[in-house]
Amino acid sequence: MSIYLQNELRKLKKKIFSQCTVVEESLRFAIKALLNKDGDTADKVIEKDDQIDRFEIEIEEDCLKMLALYQPVATDLRLIVSILKINSDLERVGDLAQNIAQRAKALVNLEGEIPDFDFNGMCNLSLKMLNDSIDSLVDLDMQKAQAVIDTDNEIDDMNSRMYDIFVEQVSKDPHKMKLYLNYLSVSRYLERIADHATNISEDVIYMIEGTIVRHAE
Amino acid sequence: MEEEIKIRSEKLDFFYGDNQALFDINMNIPKGLVTALIGPSGCGKSTYLRTLNRMNDTIFGTVVKGIVEIDGVNIYNKSTDVVTLRKRVGMIFQKSTPFPKSIYENIAYGPRIHGSTARKDLDMVVEKSLKNAGLWDEVKDRLNKSAMGLSGGQQQRLCIARALAVDPEILLMDEPASALDPKSTARIEDLIGELKGNYTIVIVTHNMQQAARVSDKTAFFYEGELIEFGDTKKIFTKPDMQKTEEYITGKFG
Repeated sequence: MSIYLQNELRKLKKKIFSQCTVVEESLRFAIKALLNKDGDTADKVIEKDDQIDRFEIEIEEDCLKMLALYQPVATDLRLIVSILKINSDLERVGDLAQNIAQRAKALVNLEGEIPDFDFNGMCNLSLKMLNDSIDSLVDLDMQKAQAVIDTDNEIDDMNSRMYDIFVEQVSKDPHKMKLYLNYLSVSRYLERIADHATNISEDVIYMIEGTIVRHAE
Repeated sequence: MEEEIKIRSEKLDFFYGDNQALFDINMNIPKGLVTALIGPSGCGKSTYLRTLNRMNDTIFGTVVKGIVEIDGVNIYNKSTDVVTLRKRVGMIFQKSTPFPKSIYENIAYGPRIHGSTARKDLDMVVEKSLKNAGLWDEVKDRLNKSAMGLSGGQQQRLCIARALAVDPEILLMDEPASALDPKSTARIEDLIGELKGNYTIVIVTHNMQQAARVSDKTAFFYEGELIEFGDTKKIFTKPDMQKTEEYITGKFG
């Protein structure tokens, strides 16, 4: 029975890694579309989301099948449970990348930027957190996973700064409300992507150590 | 909450002639809980189980070294009365072993040899034991029929009822459900859950999922040694020892 399970686990890992690649690429393109106000790239991201959704369901079904058929324990159990959870985080990141792409499309027709805010920096940090969480999963690297968790506050701070700037700019320049609202939404999406990267890292730690580090202060 | 220890083995070695089957087993089995013994064939788990009511004494050429205490008293003391010991520590085997007698006589046999003869007392014991073993409703109208006519699962519950009839403190179960279909297995597992609390249960099982389902504590034996002993929840999610991990995930054994 072990050989069957080990083969299934190998296939499952391969699938989740390829979902990681697709989602990461989706986010990268969404950010590119946003920063360059590039509608075509944004469309590609939006089209990709269906594939991510279908693959999420396939991975979930595989996990459920393995739980039912093999009743795994210890490392095997932790691996499957973690992948089940990481899978839904990745799908959510895919949705958020699609949301960013939609904002990017809206911004194509709007003149200007949000002032006094390092939007590039926020996009890059969010993408880096996702990349690092995926690397921690692939390499089973506890330190890298912990570093992602530790970075989450930075993104939260950026998002609240963005909110303050939004309020300030809207009162100064109310006719640019639409423009600023789009940036505010993207900031919120990036902050949520960072949350999902944090969740993935927490699940990686659980997978390696068997310790639930969620909600730990 | 601190667990009260019912059975304690210390530096326990066991030999079949020249062949050592158990090496330095130190284990505290808590009162009122279910402890599962797991490990590959020949690892010593059944041998260990049988040291707890001195069933190995019946095998010629066996030697026990070390201590097995029940409630703080070494059962290998010269003063131990083995019949009384086995009344306190009941045993259920892999294959059900009903006597070729009526259902009633199967249950009444134990209490009778321990001195109960009044029909009224025996009736009460028979009913109580069968109820505790979850068999009463199925057999109450045919108590005088042969026990051999019961199904495999019913026979096994009859054996549990028979063990309960002499009012034991500890129940040892050596793969009690391995010869049963899934439904009868589930019935036995439910029963173990119901008996827990009133009895200290030690169960040997080859079925890992069964150990995970029914027990509070799990002990993993390998080549005569106790490799790991701890909370079942921990053993099956994050065991400390590599060997345990490899065994329960099916990488060997």
